Amino acid sequence: MLITCPYCGPRDVIEFTYQGDGNRERPDPASQNFEAWNAYVYDRLNPAGDHNEIWQHSGGCRAHLRVVRNTLTHEISSVAFVRGDHSSAARRKAEDKP
Amino acid sequence: MAEYSALSLLANAFKGNKDWKPAWRKPDPKASYDVIIIGGGGHGLATAYYLAKEHGITNVAVLEKGWLGSGNVGRNTTAVRSNYLLPANTRFYEHSMKLWENLSHELNYNVMFSQRGCLNLAHTPAQFDDYARRGNAMRHLGVDAELMTPAEIKRLIPALDISSDARFPVVGGLMQRRAGTARHDAVAWGYARGADRRGVDIVENCEVTGFLRDGDRVTGVTTSRGDIRAKKVAVAVAGSTGRVMQLAGVETMPIESHVLQAFVTESLKPFIDTVVTFGMGHFYMSQSDKGGLVYGGDIDGYNSYAQRGNLPIVDEVMSEMLALFPGLARVRMLRSWGGVCDMSMDGSPIITMGPLPGMYLNCGWCYGGFKATPASGWCFAWTIAKDQPHDFNAPFTLDRFHRGLVIDDKGQGANPRLH
Repeated sequence: MLITCPYCGPRDVIEFTYQGDGNRERPDPASQNFEAWNAYVYDRLNPAGDHNEIWQHSGGCRAHLRVVRNTLTHEISSVAFVRGDHSSAARRKAEDKP
Repeated sequence: MAEYSALSLLANAFKGNKDWKPAWRKPDPKASYDVIIIGGGGHGLATAYYLAKEHGITNVAVLEKGWLGSGNVGRNTTAVRSNYLLPANTRFYEHSMKLWENLSHELNYNVMFSQRGCLNLAHTPAQFDDYARRGNAMRHLGVDAELMTPAEIKRLIPALDISSDARFPVVGGLMQRRAGTARHDAVAWGYARGADRRGVDIVENCEVTGFLRDGDRVTGVTTSRGDIRAKKVAVAVAGSTGRVMQLAGVETMPIESHVLQAFVTESLKPFIDTVVTFGMGHFYMSQSDKGGLVYGGDIDGYNSYAQRGNLPIVDEVMSEMLALFPGLARVRMLRSWGGVCDMSMDGSPIITMGPLPGMYLNCGWCYGGFKATPASGWCFAWTIAKDQPHDFNAPFTLDRFHRGLVIDDKGQGANPRLH
């Protein structure tokens, strides 16, 4: 599996570290909303198909990347920097990309 | 039910083996059942068997989307053990071990259960101390465990490199002698035959496409072979839990699906007569009765429903194998395969009522579901029949995450790829 890092170009998956589900929304650190924290820590969408996820190019430029990858075929349809993409609106936009 | 005996084998041999009955019928699904079990793998078939045998509930259908045993029960590395640290896990898996010990007799089907032992190798003094702690925890609950010295290990596994200049020197190990392996396909076939003979309908090539609902309550399923109603619908679909629960409108679960690869070499003469695990990475190996070395390592580590893996794990597993057994460097790998594991957030399974009324759920086996097959079916059948969990599976509820009562044997937190 190759991931095309926006800085470094296509690189083997062994250079990357999987950081998990990119759909999770961390509640405000001051939040005492138990349900929101519980959902953040434990609940996952786990789709069979396109999955919005975070990878770090830990063996390269070390940037964190938002990757949309098909969990049935391992096909990658988009890679973008996570930086500057913290709002939930931007996340949904990344998810909606064709 | 004793169809297989020395006498029947001999008699059929003389008659050209033409009079054997099929191990299970191929019935068309009825319009309704008392219980529908989705998933014709080991756990689903065991559940059907124990529902019929222990609870007298025989108006049951097992729905399998492919052919029987085509999922994880035919894709694992066949190891069976109960060497856990936390009491909830130890009690549950030890119950499973006791069922394994009598399973061939119980089913009148040779599941080739072989108590060849399972040895966890320690490579640092701290790790050895940790294994001593785990062994003590096991023995407190009546499970056998013993510490082994490098010299004893060398006598048991002569091919192992225990020299002090090995890449990862062996400082000791934790052995469970009663652990071992079983023939995975035979487990599925034995349970299928046992359930079938008690009246359970095993319906293959019947994919569940949705759930019938009456308000919140689940009242049946829609399938590729028509609608089927049931008083109770039980889900035991291992790696496909996410997909099937989404059909029921349950969008999120404390589950991620990951792929686990396994490998087998060409047949060798007797090389190792136990199950051995490597403590410095994640590697486990045993030798099948045909002679192939069966081995595997970590999951690939990212969400996947593909029943195949990627090359980096192949490379890693081979490296770990050679670190332990340099002598295997020129042995050829015969084949590899991948299975989809539903990794839970604490590494422990979920056997529960719900999450919807009329539904029962069995999932979250991570990559340790095979050894649990008998106890999983036994406990799930109890839960379905009595509408309450048995003591053995009471801690394994779906809401334990919500209640803060996780069962995290490895202490990795809510990080499925690390369990």
